[in-house]
Amino acid sequence: MTRKQKRLAIIGGGVGFLVLAAFLVMFAFSQAIAYFYVPSDLAKADVPPGTRIRLGGVVEAGSVKRGDGKTVTFTVTDTLSGVPVTYTGILPDLFREGQGVVTEGTFVAGSSVFVADSVLAKHDETYMPKDVADRLKAQGVELSGKETIR
Amino acid sequence: MIIELGHYALVLALATAVIQAALPILGARLNDRGLMELASSAAVACFLLVAFAFAVLTFAYVTSDFSVRNVWENSHSLKPLIYKISGVWGNHEGSMLLWLLILTFFSALVAAFGRNLPETLKANVLAVQAWIASAFALFILLTSNPFARLIPAPGEGKDLNPILQDVGLAIHPPLLYLGYVGFSVCFSFAIAALIEGRIDAAWARWVRPWTLAAWTFLTAGISMGSYWAYYELGWGGWWFWDPVENASFMPWLAGTALLHSALVMEKREALKIWTVLLAIMTFSLSLLGTFLVRSGVLTSVHAFATDPTRGVFILAILVFFIGGAFFLFALRASHLKAGGIFAPISREGALVFNNLILTTATVTVLTGTLYPLVLEALTGDKISVGPPFFNMTFGLLMLPLLFAVPFGPLLAWKRGDLAGVSQRLFAAVAIGLLFGTAYYYFMNGGPVLALFGIALGVYLIGGSLTDLALRSGLGKVAGNVAWKRFSGLPRSAFGTALAHIGLGVTLIGVVAVTAFETETVVEMKPGMTVEAGGYTLRFDGMRNGSGPNYSEESGHFTISRGGVAIDEVWSSKRLYQARRMPTTEAGIRTFGLSQLYVSLGDQISEGGIVVRIWWKPMILSIWGGTLFMMAGGFVSLSDRRLRVGAPARAKRPKTVPVGAAE
Repeated sequence: MTRKQKRLAIIGGGVGFLVLAAFLVMFAFSQAIAYFYVPSDLAKADVPPGTRIRLGGVVEAGSVKRGDGKTVTFTVTDTLSGVPVTYTGILPDLFREGQGVVTEGTFVAGSSVFVADSVLAKHDETYMPKDVADRLKAQGVELSGKETIR
Repeated sequence: MIIELGHYALVLALATAVIQAALPILGARLNDRGLMELASSAAVACFLLVAFAFAVLTFAYVTSDFSVRNVWENSHSLKPLIYKISGVWGNHEGSMLLWLLILTFFSALVAAFGRNLPETLKANVLAVQAWIASAFALFILLTSNPFARLIPAPGEGKDLNPILQDVGLAIHPPLLYLGYVGFSVCFSFAIAALIEGRIDAAWARWVRPWTLAAWTFLTAGISMGSYWAYYELGWGGWWFWDPVENASFMPWLAGTALLHSALVMEKREALKIWTVLLAIMTFSLSLLGTFLVRSGVLTSVHAFATDPTRGVFILAILVFFIGGAFFLFALRASHLKAGGIFAPISREGALVFNNLILTTATVTVLTGTLYPLVLEALTGDKISVGPPFFNMTFGLLMLPLLFAVPFGPLLAWKRGDLAGVSQRLFAAVAIGLLFGTAYYYFMNGGPVLALFGIALGVYLIGGSLTDLALRSGLGKVAGNVAWKRFSGLPRSAFGTALAHIGLGVTLIGVVAVTAFETETVVEMKPGMTVEAGGYTLRFDGMRNGSGPNYSEESGHFTISRGGVAIDEVWSSKRLYQARRMPTTEAGIRTFGLSQLYVSLGDQISEGGIVVRIWWKPMILSIWGGTLFMMAGGFVSLSDRRLRVGAPARAKRPKTVPVGAAE
């Protein structure tokens, strides 16, 4: 190979790989990300069943019910509307009624129950997820407690 | 009084850093030896001053001096001594002070070990280090003063976040920072080279040990952090692709690329401009990591508190250093003489391939990490980019590199023989497939891809050993001759082999856990049993207990195999008194490289409790592999050729001082 051809081979290979990577990233963005909603957004946004989303809000007081052992149902609310959520598994240590949570999962076709496969609460007793707090503030909900958002 | 002395020492450190930032560079311009030599003494003085300030803060923690706001916010008189000490950096202010301490420590090391560096290069490097130190010292003094007083002093502190009350906190941040901040030296060398407009193979030889040291510590820090999260959080996961993890992983990827490109530059005088760029990028990613973690744009256990002024200040530092560095690069890079071109199939070709993939992978991780932040800023939409994204992109992109790793060391410089090398690696491939198949059958099913994953891991190990065997002429010469050759191989050859073996070992662990782990969530009453990984767990009941600053409920489990009780494990939930915060202390038992992981949930009815049990096959090899990588780093570092401060074979005879004789 001549000097020029070598250079072309190296640059061509490199650019080819970068293009491949760019396509891969764009494909993954279209497939593998989850949008974040609070309950009152859901009425406006039409989320098709089976689409992974994150649903955040506050666990409504008195809504937590245990099914047979490890299945838990509760309502996530932003005080304007609430969404019933079921979750099977172990809840985070900091999961409590009246506290902020972010759940991730899907709606099952033909049901208004959100099936979560992960429930997040931060490692801080006064924590409310930033996403939730921002949305709640945007809706004019008064956040009580001086250290609700950290 | 002592607290104010600490504060004062920090102010003096800033003043020293400013002097160190300005005068030596002037000296290098004017060729004034006196001004240049000032750099070394200033670097050492600055380190001592910061170390004193750090010691004062530690003293305040150990003596539980709650008149210091930072101590009151993050400590408690009943906390065990080790957590009082590690609590010093378990908060924003203290951890920034640790950052600065390590930065000045590296400057002092350059001053101490760089006796044989060309005078002007050394002066410039130390000056650039001092710019960074000044910026961060100013940041601490203006926005994050750890010495602020609280009057009147409260009687008791608010305690440290219980999640952080673990030996992990004593080890993980210092190691991580040694890595993160260690790359500042490479950055300073790169900037100094740009300022001087001159760069050669010797430059790469000086930079490589620093890169190697920083890389080794960063490997240790990330690995330790991963294991800590695994056992402490009680979720059984070892890597979450959390932005905070990515923040440390990106400099690691870029640093790995830098290690390899510096090699090409040192041996072949090629890739000069690229290496300088990589050095800048690596530390820029460290700074970006510091920004992401410390500014509060991300919510995580690492973002101790959110204060907008701090975020803006760090962002300003970030923009100044990254922007400035790239600006300087754009101005001066054309002054650096470019190296030669070379054949695609050669050792240097393989190293370029490594760089191409590692930097692409870094950019991919960067995109996934920043995209949600950018999207939210632009459109207000909130999205989460999680493991599926990274597995799809990063995982696929890295695959070709894993295949290529054993080829690198086997290919000759200048012109390699691809067919010949493939032939030599045939045995490694065969052994890999054999092991993969055997493990697959042993595990009874699971995804077929796992077979190839394990095979790839074993091939990486086999390929690295093949290199060592061929170099020592195993099978071609008599055994004792081969042994002699083997023991005479350069340390760096062992370092390379060890690091690559580590990659294989880690890969095997990742594949085995991903493909074959089992998870059971079940409500248990005393006497009930659950099967996991061929072991039987029997729940015996709960017990209440208490520690120095917490109360706990623990579940006792008996582990048996084939009807014979062989072990027991306690798993608990703790409630820390001061913050009224619950934590999970998972029960973990190790069998070979595999682990049983038991985590408690809520109590449901009388005596019944939700229990989550994982069987994690081969999980320890994930971290075991990183031990090999670290060993590789240290072995390479001990190579005579790379020894920090080893004479550079007198390129500039007129400046060789007496100390360089060594």
